[in-house]
Amino acid sequence: MSAFQIVFLLIALLTLFSALMVVFARKTIHSAFWLILALFGVAATFATLAASFFVVIQVAVYIGAIAILIIFTVMLTRRSMEESGDQLLPGWGWAALVVLIVFGGLVFMLLQWQGIFQPPQVLTAGGENLENLGMALVMPDRYVIPFEVASVLLVAAMIGAIYVAGDHKKRS
Amino acid sequence: MNPAPFELSMLLAILPEILLVVLAALVLLLNLGVRHRAEGVLGWLTAIGLAVIAVLSAVFARPGDTPQLIFGGMLRLDWVSFSFRLLFLLGAAITVLVSLEHARTITGEYLALLLVSTLGMSLMASSANLIMLYLAIETTSLPLYLLAGYYVENQKSVESGIKYMLYGAVTSAVMLYGFSLLFGLSGTANLAMIPFRLTQTGVSPLLVGGALFLTLVGFGFKVSAAPFHFWAPDVYEGAPTPIAGFLSTASKAAGFAVLVRVLLVTFPQLASFWTLVVAILAALSMIVGNLLALTQRNIKRLLAYSSIAQAGYILVGVAADSPLGVAGMVYYLTSYLVTNLAAFAIVWLVAQQVGSEDLDAFSGLGKRNPAIALAMLISLLSLGGIPPLSGFIGKVLVFAAAVEAGQVALAIIGVLTSVIGLYYYLTVMKILYRPAVDEAPLKPSLSWRTAMLICVVLMLALGVIVAPWYGQSLAAASALF
Repeated sequence: MSAFQIVFLLIALLTLFSALMVVFARKTIHSAFWLILALFGVAATFATLAASFFVVIQVAVYIGAIAILIIFTVMLTRRSMEESGDQLLPGWGWAALVVLIVFGGLVFMLLQWQGIFQPPQVLTAGGENLENLGMALVMPDRYVIPFEVASVLLVAAMIGAIYVAGDHKKRS
Repeated sequence: MNPAPFELSMLLAILPEILLVVLAALVLLLNLGVRHRAEGVLGWLTAIGLAVIAVLSAVFARPGDTPQLIFGGMLRLDWVSFSFRLLFLLGAAITVLVSLEHARTITGEYLALLLVSTLGMSLMASSANLIMLYLAIETTSLPLYLLAGYYVENQKSVESGIKYMLYGAVTSAVMLYGFSLLFGLSGTANLAMIPFRLTQTGVSPLLVGGALFLTLVGFGFKVSAAPFHFWAPDVYEGAPTPIAGFLSTASKAAGFAVLVRVLLVTFPQLASFWTLVVAILAALSMIVGNLLALTQRNIKRLLAYSSIAQAGYILVGVAADSPLGVAGMVYYLTSYLVTNLAAFAIVWLVAQQVGSEDLDAFSGLGKRNPAIALAMLISLLSLGGIPPLSGFIGKVLVFAAAVEAGQVALAIIGVLTSVIGLYYYLTVMKILYRPAVDEAPLKPSLSWRTAMLICVVLMLALGVIVAPWYGQSLAAASALF
């Protein structure tokens, strides 16, 4: 096993472990901190793939904006978000069984792929060209439609979020 | 087929989608001023706007003789997307008209979210690229999560919204994993190119089959086929009733549009595998849906299980893997759309007056308003597949396709479970004409009556005059083969 693979496995384990802790932590603020670690793990995975632009985006948007916003929200609404009571549902054994079967199936499936044990290709200097990415997003022959649809989706999500969070006692 | 280079005339092809965004923005803007002065204006505006968009799309966004890939291969202009778009616009317009019955629901946010969701469905039916497809599915689902939980002060509605979102998020994550495997293995996101690249690089069919299976999880959730149906009864029960109707018809139709396109275009080599998987899903849905519906006492839960069973019948058409099967699917979906929307509209009206969604709340409807009871009777008979109603033609087509494809067992299961289905539909009918204590007459609003008239006329028309829409369905089917 090469050093590269060891690094990847370590990052993957760290990401998965912190993602699990997001769910298992009893205090919401702890979940938020674990979430930051999980997002860092994803950023590190991007780094191992030499996708530096995505590393920056991952850190700036997900950690810099979203995770920090979550922490602020948790701090402002501390009392209403404490978790007490049993965290395990009665049927968790069955759920674990299904998860194991699915995981085994996925691993078996991916083992059929001859590329799974090969190291990733080394990208040439022009392999990641930000200008191309930017152009592709606004060119009608490339990704302008998905790009615009994504903005409609985000606006709809925002309208919905404002509606759900609105003061409904005052309204009615 | 290579994507055509961009020309300005391509904008006409997405004119309906552009107009949907414009209409949503207009509704939101007008919401600021108009809403408190005249209730229902916004709703009527939206419904009429949807009708105008439908007419414009029939005139300007018609596909040519050969299907065309536009906008760099993101969208495919063909009869599938055309027919389904009309279907979604019809469903959305009826949903808006029905919602108007209760002025509280008609706010700018509600209508705008409904319009964005319709936009997403329309894009789902025309997507020819994995990225576009995923975004379209999310654009459809996200507003629907919010609409399902629209009554924020009602525990059940909130539960319904959260449940729908959690199930939706998990299945869409699984589906996205399948998409990313497909993209990674083939190196292209173009649905039609994927099979060629996969054969070129010689990827093991097992791996492709696995990726196909993962994507099927997402589609199975959208069409609420067993065993991905667990969300449906709870979500329909808690969601505002018109939204439950919309979820069970238009959203399901969008799922089927995507399902056939991906299966037929991207996985022709694995046809023997996926026809088997789809046939199993169909059989499970028909059996589970119909058997569980028998024990329901809440009318919305009953309709939810019935909609799972209907998804099973429609899947029979998909499993046939033939033009007749796909045409049957389109016909069935159209008939099911008007039928189920009518049923949910009546549930919405009655439940508001009586204050209960129990089956017993419907007793005496025959006395309270004979016309509405007759409409309910017609829609239940159409759901059960009784001639001369549209549901009968739909069932005949999909079962004929199954027999033609040699899947006789599936057709037999379909016919047997239809009999079970008929039993619980008849139970509801019996309740309609039972005497009840409260026999105050029901007076629906003008918008509700308009919606019901459209539904009933279409149910009868699709059952008697088969040729025009069947021709349209066949044209849609031939665009995929």
